[in-house]
Amino acid sequence: MRSAAPKPVERLIEAFARLPGIGPKTASRLTYFLLRAPEGESLELAEALQEMRTHTRFCSLCFNITSNDADPCLICSDAGRDSSKICLVEEPLDVLALERTGEYSGHYHVLHGALSPIDGIGPDDLRIAELMGRLQDGEIQELIIATNPTLEGEATAMYIKQSMEGSEVRITRLARGLPSGGDLEYADITTLSQALRGRSEI
Amino acid sequence: MPERERLYRAEGIVLSRRDFGEADRLLTVFTREYGKLEQIAKGVRRPSSRKAGHLELFTRVQLLAARGRELDVITQVEAIETYPHLSKDLQLVGQASYILELVKLFTVHGEVNREIYRLLVETLARLNSGDPPSKATRYFELRLLELSGYRPELFHCGQCQSEIRPEAQFFSYIDGGVLCPNCGREQRGVRPITLAALKVMRHYQRNPFSTASTARIQLQVHQELDHLMEGFFIFLTEHKLNSPRFLRRINQNTVTVIEEDKIA
Repeated sequence: MRSAAPKPVERLIEAFARLPGIGPKTASRLTYFLLRAPEGESLELAEALQEMRTHTRFCSLCFNITSNDADPCLICSDAGRDSSKICLVEEPLDVLALERTGEYSGHYHVLHGALSPIDGIGPDDLRIAELMGRLQDGEIQELIIATNPTLEGEATAMYIKQSMEGSEVRITRLARGLPSGGDLEYADITTLSQALRGRSEI
Repeated sequence: MPERERLYRAEGIVLSRRDFGEADRLLTVFTREYGKLEQIAKGVRRPSSRKAGHLELFTRVQLLAARGRELDVITQVEAIETYPHLSKDLQLVGQASYILELVKLFTVHGEVNREIYRLLVETLARLNSGDPPSKATRYFELRLLELSGYRPELFHCGQCQSEIRPEAQFFSYIDGGVLCPNCGREQRGVRPITLAALKVMRHYQRNPFSTASTARIQLQVHQELDHLMEGFFIFLTEHKLNSPRFLRRINQNTVTVIEEDKIA
């Protein structure tokens, strides 16, 4: 079936539809919105897209996303931060979430995923070797594993722990427990038993 | 398929899940009542979700879902069994993933198969209870083949039909079983099978797990069968399997390096 839209329009619709969470309908709506909006808006978007692509890279230390002119990234090169701690996360967005807490002032390491046997993601697909390299220099005293509390995140934590056998670095895992605003009766067994085991004095 | 009512209740095991939209997950659930279904769980990636903890992999759940236009939406879910040991050991994570991967490949959407469901539940329970993972997996493989109509022929040659004598033979994926040395030697695309491995397969095929698992199996024989079965499953499903590769990678660091063998 041939589409009724002209080729350039069709091309943008297809490009939008490849983005996560965007279906063909939303893709068309976005495209036609841009068609009707002032020209500057589309051009700005195009420029932003291009800059995002050409002016960013992975930080050579923590593998978070950084701009081309800042490597190591702003966090890694910040002298005010505690360089004896590394917090291990799955995705760059997790760094932003942890930064929002304002509770942590150490460094990070982004794995870009988690181990998942079913999806065929093994240790070599993640930035694990690079992490091991960073842990070797003796400056790091604590590794905080902040992978997601999912099966994949746990498997990753387990693997890291196994690979670090014999290392003097202290390994900790983010606490697991009840979410604030939650209701006890809806908690699943795993979370509730972990919350009970990890209970603390008030 | 589920009847016309909007809400339905089912017991099932989550076979796979992937992120979808803002905070949702798309799940493939193998249910006892309706077979394999695609369902969506809304908002489960938020920490405050009431459903998240119940919808992990390797969990047997009771769920209530609403039929949607395209996808069914899970409205309530409660874990019946969480098989806690499965997620505490990388080896078991890999083995259990292998089981789920095979079930996903061998089942058809919306087709009820209570026997495979029962086999899946039993196998996860066995892995969780500390039964030797290799034995639980081996038993699962042969039973799954049988329940899906691929029971390997282990007693007669797949070509000349002569009775298989107790000696080293060949295994042919295309013929779905063993070939006698005469027929196998000439054939392309077959692989040798040792007498010990053939015996293990026969033993597992004929006996319930309680009996089958008492036999002692040497590590080499297990490794031979790991490769043979992986090759057979790839041949049958025309899909590469991810978990065996993962298991090999994990075991590289801890135990011995298992040589990747070549399948002709």
